[in-house]
Amino acid sequence: MIYADNAATTKMSDAAYNRMTELMRDTYGNPSSLYSVGQKAKEVLEEAREDVASVINANPREIYFTSGGSEADNQAIRSAAVLGAKKGKKHIISTAFEHHAVLHTLRALEKEGFEVTLLDVHEDGLVRPNELKEAIRDDTALVTVMYANNEIGTVQPIREIGKICRDKGVLFHTDAVQAIGHIPIDVEADNIDMLSASGHKFKGPKGAGFLYVKKGIRLTNLIEGGAQERGKRAGTENVPAISAMALALKDAVANMDSNAKSIVKKRDRLIQGLGEIEHSALNGDASLRLPGNVNYCFEGIEGESLLLLLDDKGIMASSGSACTSGSLDPSHVLLAIGRVHDVAHGSLRLSINEETSDEDVEYIIKSVKEVVEYLRGFSPIWRDLQSGKKAFIL
Amino acid sequence: MALYSEKVMDHFRNPRNVGVIEDADGVGEVGNAKCGDIMKMYLKIDDDVITDVKFETFGCGSAIASSSMATEMIKGKPVEEAMQLTNKAVAEALDGLPDYKMHCSVLAEEAIKSALDDYNSKE
Repeated sequence: MIYADNAATTKMSDAAYNRMTELMRDTYGNPSSLYSVGQKAKEVLEEAREDVASVINANPREIYFTSGGSEADNQAIRSAAVLGAKKGKKHIISTAFEHHAVLHTLRALEKEGFEVTLLDVHEDGLVRPNELKEAIRDDTALVTVMYANNEIGTVQPIREIGKICRDKGVLFHTDAVQAIGHIPIDVEADNIDMLSASGHKFKGPKGAGFLYVKKGIRLTNLIEGGAQERGKRAGTENVPAISAMALALKDAVANMDSNAKSIVKKRDRLIQGLGEIEHSALNGDASLRLPGNVNYCFEGIEGESLLLLLDDKGIMASSGSACTSGSLDPSHVLLAIGRVHDVAHGSLRLSINEETSDEDVEYIIKSVKEVVEYLRGFSPIWRDLQSGKKAFIL
Repeated sequence: MALYSEKVMDHFRNPRNVGVIEDADGVGEVGNAKCGDIMKMYLKIDDDVITDVKFETFGCGSAIASSSMATEMIKGKPVEEAMQLTNKAVAEALDGLPDYKMHCSVLAEEAIKSALDDYNSKE
């Protein structure tokens, strides 16, 4: 079995798994309780906060634990909207290919009278800082741009974007769910005001994430009911998951450089090997992308059938096809980089990690080639393309 | 995988009647690439009986399985009877489809009707 869907979620590391299960068994106390098992849990929680903060060069008091990336995105954007509205600022800038946790929150805010500008991400899947500069207005309350895209892996010029926002005095939030633990992040150097992260994308558990909020920015609660997280996120803390997440993040960052080097090599071999399939195209810039992300469109086939047949061969991957989402439209990310519906349906995302071997990579290339050829063999679109009745897009 | 029934997976993995009939008596194509599903049906008809049927499909697992099942259900049947094929019958024969995949069975029904219309228009 080859698990090549690490952008969807990761298998927990043994260390994180052991930490979590031990804490669940032994450190069951409520961190708000006075007696020793509660105080022990409190200690573990604060240690996790320190670990997470140090990894991104933040202060522990700037870390708020959440249930995951979506909650963090929601709270960051909602908070910025409240702060902006107080000053009559009701304009938000984002990009067309954000995660739905961001886009759907923005859509909700539009109904509440906010105006949203979505920046073009161009064919290479990259925001242009000068276009951001031009989009910022006097009434801009927030800029929210993801650190790296979850489908095509393109890494945005975050430091430059942050600098522009800082210079203009506009709040800057980044959804770093796909990036953190995989590429270096420094909230100070990157000029980041708020950052969302999720534990299960770097071998931590599901159900734990965090929001970094620069000192001085007032958060608005999504969940009321207690003094946890400095009163900004009520609910008894999920101490075992939070601690396991912090450990997984520390480990991921400690091994990041050496892992990235070997993963990039395999990624580039996948990009090259799959590029040999005729009428295919890589989605997103070839080098400014996450170490483990490969995303291709293959003309004349549909992504779900590709995934099912790869699964039969023991390869687990994902697609931006409409059929895999339960909606009629293919991935909004692929549409945002200008892929037309016809080819967006035939996409494949592979997200590998350091456990993917060279043999795995060769097997993936061979298998994808076989399956694409097989599906094209009885695709009426492929027949029309081959006979010249329809023009190739890729 | 629990997404599809075993029957759907069987027809998806080993689709029946895949291919083209060069001198078909009726050809029908429905769907569009924009939506991610295209089905093309080829019929060979003798004395108003469907003697052979082939299909080509661009689409998801349930689209391929629906095409395959539909061809099996009309092969050897009189044209009259094939005209009565419903998407429900196709879906039932596949031991059901997820709600949001029911349109695949609709496409299969429409593809066959379109091919039969083509045949009838040539009569």
